Amino acid sequence: MAEIDQPAALYGLMAEFTDATDLTRAATTVYADGYRQIDAFTPAPVHGLAEAMGYDDRRVQKFTFTGGLLGMIGGFGLCYWTMAIDYPLNIGGRPLNSWPAFIIPTFETTILLAALLTAGSMLVLNGLPQLYHPVFNVGAFRATASSTGFFLCIESTDPKFDLARTRALLEGLHPKAISEVDA
Amino acid sequence: MLDHAKESVPGARFLAPGHNFGSITDKISGIITGRAPFSWFIGFLIGFSILQLLLVSLTYLVFKGTGIWGVNNPVGWGFAIINFVWWIGIGHAGTLISAILLLFRQQWRTSINRAAEAMTVFAVGCAAVFPIFHTGRPWLAAYWLFPYPNTMALWPNFRSPLIWDVFAVSTYATVSIVFWYIGLIPDLATMRDRAKSPVVRRLYGLFSLGWRGSAVHWQRYETASLLLAGLSTPLVLSVHTVVSFDFAVSVIPGWHATIFPPYFVAGAVYAGFAMVLTLLIPMRAIYGLHDFITERHINNMAKVTLVTGLIVFYGYCMEAFFGWYSANEFEAYMILNRMQGPYAPYYWALIFCNGVVPQLLWSHKVRTSVLPLFAVCMAVNVGMWLERFVIVVTSLHRDYLPGSWGMYYPTVWDWSTFIGTMGLFLTLFYLFIRVLPLISIFEIRALTPAAHAKGDTHHG
Repeated sequence: MAEIDQPAALYGLMAEFTDATDLTRAATTVYADGYRQIDAFTPAPVHGLAEAMGYDDRRVQKFTFTGGLLGMIGGFGLCYWTMAIDYPLNIGGRPLNSWPAFIIPTFETTILLAALLTAGSMLVLNGLPQLYHPVFNVGAFRATASSTGFFLCIESTDPKFDLARTRALLEGLHPKAISEVDA
Repeated sequence: MLDHAKESVPGARFLAPGHNFGSITDKISGIITGRAPFSWFIGFLIGFSILQLLLVSLTYLVFKGTGIWGVNNPVGWGFAIINFVWWIGIGHAGTLISAILLLFRQQWRTSINRAAEAMTVFAVGCAAVFPIFHTGRPWLAAYWLFPYPNTMALWPNFRSPLIWDVFAVSTYATVSIVFWYIGLIPDLATMRDRAKSPVVRRLYGLFSLGWRGSAVHWQRYETASLLLAGLSTPLVLSVHTVVSFDFAVSVIPGWHATIFPPYFVAGAVYAGFAMVLTLLIPMRAIYGLHDFITERHINNMAKVTLVTGLIVFYGYCMEAFFGWYSANEFEAYMILNRMQGPYAPYYWALIFCNGVVPQLLWSHKVRTSVLPLFAVCMAVNVGMWLERFVIVVTSLHRDYLPGSWGMYYPTVWDWSTFIGTMGLFLTLFYLFIRVLPLISIFEIRALTPAAHAKGDTHHG
């Protein structure tokens, strides 16, 4: 009920930094201070940045493996079932389960499903496609996040979030600018 | 300071000095947001005109049937398979650059991988035209080629190399498109944020899927990219291996050879790198991309062309050797027929284009001066087409029984379809240059010191 009185809901506080070094340092400090609902935004991948904020997601790998396994079983199953069970052809008494010939379609379906699940799981785990996200409400973010800007955002859902105290913490990290992100 | 940066960022030597995130973004996205140079319109017009030739040829083919082509008995495959293998082979360099060189941490791939992958996707598209239309009734091709439960309770034969080929090529096309698209997402976000017109912004926004460059997203993104590269690597090697099985699993002299898979894969990479150079040399000059595609890149690509060319030439020598050493009269006749028979000019032109001309690439001067290099690459493009012509036609036209020998002459429709696919390729490539960043912007950014956190040695 309390939210109704507020003029606009706050998604979080965003600070802009000059380069990957400053941003990683800031992310490390904020994480060490106990914040967990945090994210950083960069125009190019920065190694160690997600790890500095305690993120280490290895689910994509598992989806790749699952996709490969399903593709392998499905591909071989398809060959075996069609060639040996549903439509058996006796060619000079050769075995119906001529598995060496089935290796190639099996290999291809293994790769296919593994690749599709890799790409698909990466997008789904990232919550993409996403038509709206509050960070784009910040003008500087819209203008530079995909070209030159390095941003750090602390979300208001974080239990430690307090507008004044969080702002003071970010200011202590010498950012270029701090802005409030409307939800 | 500069020295420190160069040391800590291994890829920095593949980028002209003085670039930062802003200049890289401006330069590459400027190709799209700026006005197209006059030569773009000329090139597009040429490509689009040739594309009409393909449309006319295919319409007439569907109307009349494959009898308009020169295929006959005994040469039942002709241009359709020659051009199919030629185009598929060209595609391989794109995957090699985007996947294998990524796994080997070859950072010079960064500025050429996007264009090379585009080349792969378009080349596979051009290749697909031939087998699909060779069926004569392409609207039925799906039913002949893909396994699905049908009312006649029939299945494709999984023991046949042709169905292996369907699986290999369709998987290759799908994975190449997925890999290319995933690689484009962050750059599409850049284009979204730089677009001036709201319609264009919405279009790029839609295809960028709402990418915002989150560190958590980047982490999964990079994992997925590496995994896709790891999956594409055996895939690309398998594709031309399977294409070679179309030949090697048969019992035709000149086809039934164990050397075919590696020889075909090397030939594919060789043809592909020559085509990448054929495309990039003019593109680099037109758009002034010398800062990103440096002399070092051109030199490295020329080296790969030379090495794979030598493997291919070794293959030709081995074919001749096997013809003699097999002590089999049909094998021996096959190679003599290639050298002295009615198609001998094709064979010797092939040896000249693929065996003699590439030796010029031993010279550093040739590798780094664009005009001679471009000429060598054109010879390779022609040579690799001749190779497929020689393999397909000379083996089929005179096999075991002299009574069933014959000749193969391509018709005007064979040529118009082949040339027409070049129009399709050029049209797609010119459109690509105009709407998508032809160099991966975010990967080039990652080559600069600003993208690397200092004191972060344990991750490098």
